[in-house]
Amino acid sequence: MAAPFVAEKTLDCQGTFCPVPIIQAHQAAAGMTPGQVLEVIATDPGSQGDFVAFAKNTGHELLHADEEGGVYRYYLRIAG
Amino acid sequence: MAVETVIDPALEARIEELVNTKVQELFQEQFQALVSQQTRQQAEAKSGPKRLALVASKGTLDMAYPPLILATTAAALGWEVGIFFTFYGLDILNRRKLSHLQVPPLANPAMPVPVPNFIGAIPGMTAMATGMMRGWMNRARMPSVPDLLKVAQDSGVQLFACTTTMGVMRTKKEDIIEGARFAGAAMFLDYASEAQVTLFV
Repeated sequence: MAAPFVAEKTLDCQGTFCPVPIIQAHQAAAGMTPGQVLEVIATDPGSQGDFVAFAKNTGHELLHADEEGGVYRYYLRIAG
Repeated sequence: MAVETVIDPALEARIEELVNTKVQELFQEQFQALVSQQTRQQAEAKSGPKRLALVASKGTLDMAYPPLILATTAAALGWEVGIFFTFYGLDILNRRKLSHLQVPPLANPAMPVPVPNFIGAIPGMTAMATGMMRGWMNRARMPSVPDLLKVAQDSGVQLFACTTTMGVMRTKKEDIIEGARFAGAAMFLDYASEAQVTLFV
Protein backbone atom coordinates (compact mmCIF):
# COMPACT_ATOMS: atom_id res chain seq x y z
CA MET A 1 0.00 0.00 0.00
CA ALA A 2 1.29 3.41 -0.91
CA ALA A 3 2.10 5.69 1.99
CA PRO A 4 -0.82 8.13 2.40
CA PHE A 5 1.49 10.84 3.68
CA VAL A 6 4.95 11.97 2.72
CA ALA A 7 7.09 11.47 5.80
CA GLU A 8 10.27 13.44 6.52
CA LYS A 9 11.48 10.57 8.68
CA THR A 10 10.68 6.87 8.92
CA LEU A 11 11.22 4.84 12.08
CA ASP A 12 11.29 1.07 11.74
CA CYS A 13 10.34 -0.53 15.05
CA GLN A 14 9.39 -3.92 13.65
CA GLY A 15 10.16 -6.76 16.03
CA THR A 16 10.31 -4.57 19.11
CA PHE A 17 7.75 -4.29 21.90
CA CYS A 18 6.53 -1.65 24.34
CA PRO A 19 8.18 0.61 25.47
CA VAL A 20 10.68 0.68 22.58
CA PRO A 21 8.45 2.11 19.76
CA ILE A 22 7.17 4.95 21.98
CA ILE A 23 10.64 5.79 23.35
CA GLN A 24 12.13 5.78 19.85
CA ALA A 25 9.25 7.85 18.45
CA HIS A 26 9.73 10.36 21.27
CA GLN A 27 13.48 10.55 20.55
CA ALA A 28 12.88 10.87 16.79
CA ALA A 29 10.25 13.60 17.29
CA ALA A 30 12.67 15.58 19.47
CA GLY A 31 15.05 15.81 16.51
CA MET A 32 12.41 16.97 14.03
CA THR A 33 10.90 20.39 13.34
CA PRO A 34 7.22 21.19 14.00
CA GLY A 35 4.93 20.35 11.10
CA GLN A 36 7.12 17.54 9.78
CA VAL A 37 5.65 14.05 9.46
CA LEU A 38 7.10 11.02 11.26
CA GLU A 39 6.24 7.57 9.96
CA VAL A 40 6.48 4.69 12.44
CA ILE A 41 6.38 1.05 11.35
CA ALA A 42 5.69 -1.44 14.15
CA THR A 43 4.59 -5.01 14.74
CA ASP A 44 3.63 -4.82 18.44
CA PRO A 45 -0.21 -5.01 18.54
CA GLY A 46 -0.11 -2.83 21.68
CA SER A 47 1.25 0.00 19.55
CA GLN A 48 -2.29 0.68 18.26
CA GLY A 49 -3.47 2.07 21.58
CA ASP A 50 -0.03 3.37 22.52
CA PHE A 51 0.29 5.72 19.56
CA VAL A 52 -3.21 7.15 20.12
CA ALA A 53 -2.19 7.86 23.74
CA PHE A 54 1.22 9.19 22.60
CA ALA A 55 -0.48 11.68 20.26
CA LYS A 56 -3.03 12.71 22.90
CA ASN A 57 -0.36 13.34 25.53
CA THR A 58 2.33 15.00 23.40
CA GLY A 59 0.22 17.07 21.03
CA HIS A 60 1.68 15.38 17.94
CA GLU A 61 -1.20 14.80 15.53
CA LEU A 62 -1.91 11.19 14.55
CA LEU A 63 -2.73 11.80 10.88
CA HIS A 64 -3.24 8.22 9.91
CA ALA A 65 -2.89 4.67 11.18
CA ASP A 66 -3.28 1.41 9.34
CA GLU A 67 -2.51 -2.29 9.62
CA GLU A 68 -1.62 -4.76 6.90
CA GLY A 69 -0.55 -8.32 7.60
CA GLY A 70 0.42 -7.60 11.19
CA VAL A 71 2.44 -4.51 10.28
CA TYR A 72 1.20 -1.23 11.73
CA ARG A 73 1.98 2.17 10.24
CA TYR A 74 1.50 5.46 12.03
CA TYR A 75 1.88 8.97 10.65
CA LEU A 76 2.42 11.71 13.18
CA ARG A 77 2.61 15.44 12.50
CA ILE A 78 5.14 16.85 14.93
CA ALA A 79 3.68 19.45 17.30
CA GLY A 80 5.00 23.01 17.55
CA MET B 1 0.52 62.13 88.29
CA ALA B 2 -1.70 61.38 85.34
CA VAL B 3 -1.80 63.84 82.53
CA GLU B 4 -5.06 63.94 80.77
CA THR B 5 -4.89 64.87 77.12
CA VAL B 6 -8.01 66.36 75.83
CA ILE B 7 -8.84 65.60 72.24
CA ASP B 8 -11.65 67.10 70.38
CA PRO B 9 -14.28 64.30 70.14
CA ALA B 10 -15.00 65.26 66.54
CA LEU B 11 -11.32 64.89 65.66
CA GLU B 12 -11.15 61.53 67.49
CA ALA B 13 -14.11 60.22 65.51
CA ARG B 14 -12.49 61.42 62.28
CA ILE B 15 -9.20 59.64 63.12
CA GLU B 16 -11.04 56.44 63.96
CA GLU B 17 -12.93 56.58 60.69
CA LEU B 18 -9.72 57.13 58.71
CA VAL B 19 -7.95 54.25 60.45
CA ASN B 20 -10.91 51.91 59.85
CA THR B 21 -11.06 52.82 56.18
CA LYS B 22 -7.32 52.27 55.78
CA VAL B 23 -7.45 48.88 57.55
CA GLN B 24 -10.36 47.81 55.34
CA GLU B 25 -8.47 48.87 52.22
CA LEU B 26 -5.33 47.00 53.23
CA PHE B 27 -7.30 43.88 54.12
CA GLN B 28 -9.15 43.91 50.79
CA GLU B 29 -5.88 44.43 48.92
CA GLN B 30 -4.11 41.52 50.62
CA PHE B 31 -7.17 39.27 50.41
CA GLN B 32 -7.49 39.91 46.68
CA ALA B 33 -3.76 39.23 46.18
CA LEU B 34 -4.10 35.93 48.04
CA VAL B 35 -7.17 34.87 46.05
CA SER B 36 -5.59 35.71 42.71
CA GLN B 37 -2.40 33.88 43.72
CA GLN B 38 -4.38 30.77 44.60
CA THR B 39 -6.40 30.95 41.40
CA ARG B 40 -3.18 31.26 39.43
CA GLN B 41 -1.62 28.29 41.24
CA GLN B 42 -4.73 26.18 40.61
CA ALA B 43 -4.68 27.09 36.93
CA GLU B 44 -0.99 26.23 36.71
CA ALA B 45 -1.56 22.91 38.47
CA LYS B 46 -4.27 22.04 35.96
CA SER B 47 -2.30 23.02 32.87
CA GLY B 48 1.06 21.57 34.02
CA PRO B 49 2.39 18.20 32.93
CA LYS B 50 0.90 15.03 34.40
CA ARG B 51 2.93 13.31 37.07
CA LEU B 52 3.61 9.61 37.67
CA ALA B 53 4.92 8.43 41.04
CA LEU B 54 6.11 4.83 41.26
CA VAL B 55 7.39 2.63 44.04
CA ALA B 56 9.80 -0.12 42.92
CA SER B 57 10.05 -2.64 45.76
CA LYS B 58 11.32 -5.80 44.02
CA GLY B 59 14.87 -6.64 42.99
CA THR B 60 14.39 -9.54 40.61
CA LEU B 61 15.09 -9.15 36.89
CA ASP B 62 11.44 -9.62 35.91
CA MET B 63 10.19 -7.11 38.47
CA ALA B 64 12.73 -4.45 37.52
CA TYR B 65 11.11 -4.05 34.12
CA PRO B 66 7.52 -2.88 34.92
CA PRO B 67 8.50 0.31 36.81
CA LEU B 68 11.23 1.16 34.27
CA ILE B 69 8.91 0.56 31.29
CA LEU B 70 6.14 2.69 32.82
CA ALA B 71 8.60 5.42 33.79
CA THR B 72 10.32 5.69 30.39
CA THR B 73 6.98 5.58 28.57
CA ALA B 74 5.46 8.28 30.79
CA ALA B 75 8.53 10.45 30.22
CA ALA B 76 8.09 9.97 26.45
CA LEU B 77 4.49 11.17 26.86
CA GLY B 78 5.83 14.35 28.42
CA TRP B 79 4.94 13.47 32.01
CA GLU B 80 6.99 14.17 35.13
CA VAL B 81 8.13 10.87 36.62
CA GLY B 82 9.65 9.85 39.93
CA ILE B 83 10.47 6.33 41.12
CA PHE B 84 11.06 5.51 44.78
CA PHE B 85 13.36 2.47 45.00
CA THR B 86 12.85 0.71 48.29
CA PHE B 87 13.87 -2.59 49.92
CA TYR B 88 14.99 -5.11 47.27
CA GLY B 89 13.99 -2.60 44.60
CA LEU B 90 17.04 -0.55 45.66
CA ASP B 91 19.24 -3.14 43.86
CA ILE B 92 18.05 -1.54 40.59
CA LEU B 93 20.00 1.60 41.62
CA ASN B 94 22.98 -0.34 43.00
CA ARG B 95 25.82 0.03 40.48
CA ARG B 96 27.34 -3.31 41.53
CA LYS B 97 24.04 -5.19 41.24
CA LEU B 98 21.86 -3.60 38.57
CA SER B 99 23.50 -5.49 35.69
CA HIS B 100 23.23 -8.82 37.50
CA LEU B 101 19.57 -8.98 38.59
CA GLN B 102 18.26 -12.52 38.61
CA VAL B 103 14.97 -14.33 38.28
CA PRO B 104 14.30 -17.29 40.59
CA PRO B 105 12.57 -20.43 39.28
CA LEU B 106 11.74 -21.43 42.86
CA ALA B 107 8.07 -20.85 43.77
CA ASN B 108 7.58 -19.35 40.32
CA PRO B 109 4.95 -21.37 38.44
CA ALA B 110 4.72 -18.69 35.74
CA MET B 111 8.03 -19.63 34.07
CA PRO B 112 7.30 -20.51 30.40
CA VAL B 113 9.19 -23.75 31.02
CA PRO B 114 7.72 -24.83 34.38
CA VAL B 115 10.38 -25.87 36.88
CA PRO B 116 9.22 -28.05 39.79
CA ASN B 117 10.18 -26.50 43.12
CA PHE B 118 12.41 -29.42 44.16
CA ILE B 119 14.45 -28.85 40.99
CA GLY B 120 14.29 -25.06 41.29
CA ALA B 121 15.96 -25.38 44.68
CA ILE B 122 19.08 -27.02 43.20
CA PRO B 123 22.13 -24.70 43.13
CA GLY B 124 22.60 -23.11 39.73
CA MET B 125 18.91 -23.16 38.81
CA THR B 126 18.47 -19.45 39.47
CA ALA B 127 21.40 -18.68 37.17
CA MET B 128 19.87 -20.95 34.54
CA ALA B 129 16.42 -19.35 34.76
CA THR B 130 18.05 -15.92 34.62
CA GLY B 131 19.99 -16.92 31.51
CA MET B 132 16.78 -18.13 29.89
CA MET B 133 14.94 -14.89 30.64
CA ARG B 134 17.85 -12.81 29.31
CA GLY B 135 17.66 -14.93 26.15
CA TRP B 136 13.94 -14.20 25.73
CA MET B 137 14.55 -10.50 26.37
CA ASN B 138 17.28 -10.39 23.71
CA ARG B 139 15.10 -12.28 21.24
CA ALA B 140 12.33 -9.68 21.70
CA ARG B 141 14.99 -6.93 21.40
CA MET B 142 14.06 -5.56 24.81
CA PRO B 143 16.46 -3.02 26.27
CA SER B 144 18.47 -4.22 29.28
CA VAL B 145 17.86 -2.84 32.79
CA PRO B 146 20.96 -0.56 32.57
CA ASP B 147 19.78 0.63 29.13
CA LEU B 148 16.29 1.48 30.44
CA LEU B 149 17.79 3.24 33.46
CA LYS B 150 19.89 5.37 31.13
CA VAL B 151 16.84 6.25 28.99
CA ALA B 152 14.97 7.10 32.20
CA GLN B 153 17.74 9.39 33.44
CA ASP B 154 18.22 11.01 30.03
CA SER B 155 14.50 11.79 29.86
CA GLY B 156 14.42 13.41 33.28
CA VAL B 157 12.96 10.62 35.41
CA GLN B 158 13.77 11.29 39.07
CA LEU B 159 15.27 8.31 40.88
CA PHE B 160 14.79 8.29 44.65
CA ALA B 161 16.94 5.91 46.71
CA CYS B 162 15.24 4.92 49.97
CA THR B 163 17.65 5.82 52.77
CA THR B 164 15.92 3.51 55.25
CA THR B 165 16.71 0.57 52.97
CA MET B 166 20.30 1.80 52.70
CA GLY B 167 20.54 1.81 56.48
CA VAL B 168 18.94 -1.60 56.91
CA MET B 169 20.90 -3.26 54.10
CA ARG B 170 24.13 -1.34 54.86
CA THR B 171 24.22 0.05 51.34
CA LYS B 172 26.92 2.68 50.83
CA LYS B 173 26.13 5.97 49.11
CA GLU B 174 28.91 5.21 46.60
CA ASP B 175 27.06 2.03 45.56
CA ILE B 176 24.09 4.05 44.30
CA ILE B 177 24.28 5.23 40.69
CA GLU B 178 25.04 8.87 40.01
CA GLY B 179 22.05 11.16 39.64
CA ALA B 180 19.83 9.32 42.11
CA ARG B 181 18.52 11.33 45.05
CA PHE B 182 18.51 10.05 48.61
CA ALA B 183 15.03 10.28 50.05
CA GLY B 184 12.74 9.29 52.87
CA ALA B 185 9.05 8.42 52.82
CA ALA B 186 7.89 11.97 53.60
CA MET B 187 9.74 13.40 50.61
CA PHE B 188 8.32 10.78 48.28
CA LEU B 189 4.79 11.19 49.68
CA ASP B 190 5.00 14.92 49.10
CA TYR B 191 6.11 14.25 45.51
CA ALA B 192 3.38 11.61 45.04
CA SER B 193 0.68 13.87 46.48
CA GLU B 194 0.88 15.93 43.30
CA ALA B 195 0.78 12.91 40.98
CA GLN B 196 -2.24 11.89 38.94
CA VAL B 197 -0.98 8.29 38.74
CA THR B 198 0.66 6.44 41.61
CA LEU B 199 1.59 2.76 41.44
CA PHE B 200 3.32 0.31 43.74
CA VAL B 201 5.38 -2.36 42.01
